[in-house]
Amino acid sequence: MQKVNLCEGCSKEKGVQDPTGFALADLLLGIGAAEEIEKGGSSTRCPVCGFTQADFKKTGRLGCSSCYVAFAEGLNSLLKAMHKGTAHVGKLPSRAQKTLALSDRMKTLTEDLRKAVQEENYETAAALRDEIKQLESQLAGSK
Amino acid sequence: MKFQNLMASTGEWLRGEGPHHQVVVSSRVRLARNLRNRAFPGWAKKAERTIILELIKPRVEELPEMQEPFSELLQDLSALEKQVLVERHLISREHAAKSVGSAVIMNRKQTLSVMVNEEDHLRMQSIRSGLQLRQAFKLVDKVDSALEGKLDFAYDTKLGYLTACPTNVGTGMRASAMLHLPGLVLSDLINQVIQAVNKIGLAVRGLYGEGTEAMGNLFQISNQTTLGEKEEEIISRLNKVIETIIEKEQDARQVLIQKRPNTLWDQIGRAYGLLTYAHAMTSKEALNLLSVVKLGIDLGAFPEDKRLGIDQLFIETQPAHLQKSTQQKLNAEERDHFRAQIIRERLKSFPKPDISKVAREPETGDSEPEKHE
Repeated sequence: MQKVNLCEGCSKEKGVQDPTGFALADLLLGIGAAEEIEKGGSSTRCPVCGFTQADFKKTGRLGCSSCYVAFAEGLNSLLKAMHKGTAHVGKLPSRAQKTLALSDRMKTLTEDLRKAVQEENYETAAALRDEIKQLESQLAGSK
Repeated sequence: MKFQNLMASTGEWLRGEGPHHQVVVSSRVRLARNLRNRAFPGWAKKAERTIILELIKPRVEELPEMQEPFSELLQDLSALEKQVLVERHLISREHAAKSVGSAVIMNRKQTLSVMVNEEDHLRMQSIRSGLQLRQAFKLVDKVDSALEGKLDFAYDTKLGYLTACPTNVGTGMRASAMLHLPGLVLSDLINQVIQAVNKIGLAVRGLYGEGTEAMGNLFQISNQTTLGEKEEEIISRLNKVIETIIEKEQDARQVLIQKRPNTLWDQIGRAYGLLTYAHAMTSKEALNLLSVVKLGIDLGAFPEDKRLGIDQLFIETQPAHLQKSTQQKLNAEERDHFRAQIIRERLKSFPKPDISKVAREPETGDSEPEKHE
């Protein structure tokens, strides 16, 4: 195997312009990876770093951590094909552990509030609402 | 710590004292981490990479595990020095190609190395001799926990740690072991083993990782997937597979001794002869022959106290180590001569292979020898 490094101009001159030849994403992540990302169509550009689907197709890498949100739809099916599962079950950063505890508490409170409202227990409901508000601001701060 | 000192002392893993060291040369675990909302190194402009580097590097250097570290910016290392680090598996080939905005920090024992701005902002790796994946993970996990308090890592509650390449997302962990499998290669069983391992979602690669050739009968085996499985599960799955491969390798060696002794002694005799008398040798040939001599030591055909010298030659005969030790740049032909010279000198006091010793009491190392009548 011989490796040749070509600049954009030379590659055109030498006829190396087959666009599929540059779908490094396919090469690195398996055939169809580049198309998968395009199917998502949720957004074409990451609002945080400006990375585009075309860039992903070219490099097989993402631009920043927010790209996972920007290209979520396409990435999901890609990750499904690539990994054992679609959700992380391993290590949690301690900060995430706190957030997780807060959001668990939030679920309980929301459920309690729903019940209180149903039972027309407005005094309890008001107290619950205050607590939820407080928790919301904590959650926002921890993110 | 200066490069000179690093060069002078071999890492812990090179001394080959870990469990199952006859077959498992080394164990490595690396974790990939990134800062939230910062462009990944491949997408970041030079200025942003430098900012990221300045955020991360001091935090790594102040870790208790990193006392008197070897810490260098990639642009301050020569091409040769970078290559030495690659040959010791302390940085990746990809990282060696980096310059401004990237750095490497490692501890004195060379058991922990941290790459800043490789493919991800942080790649933390622990390397140990023999089969010690759990111990390697423990160290790198501790370092990760210490750093997460000081750096804002990109983490998603569903996807886990976010990485530049989607193949690493989740745990961001790659655990791998370097296996020496001359028995399986000589018995033509290696492809079967590789296929079986691939089928269960593990990767088998050559000496220097992705896309590299298998030389010296050395193979790297690692996990392919990082999402949907706990770190400990990945490691124990890998451990089980490696233990099975160790057994297969030991079995293959026994079968060779019992059924094809002539082939085996021929290989060992030729390797000994060439290494002792050749005056020009490529690094690939050297690795392949050293591998057979290493097998000879495992089997008892050479004395055990010669092991360290051979293990060291595996690294010392690599192109960059060779040139660094002569302090001059050599062309390929000069390297081949110099390499042969170093090997000849090292093997001067090396006794001829003693086959009778093997026939009497087969040394099977880590597993129980099979009873043959």
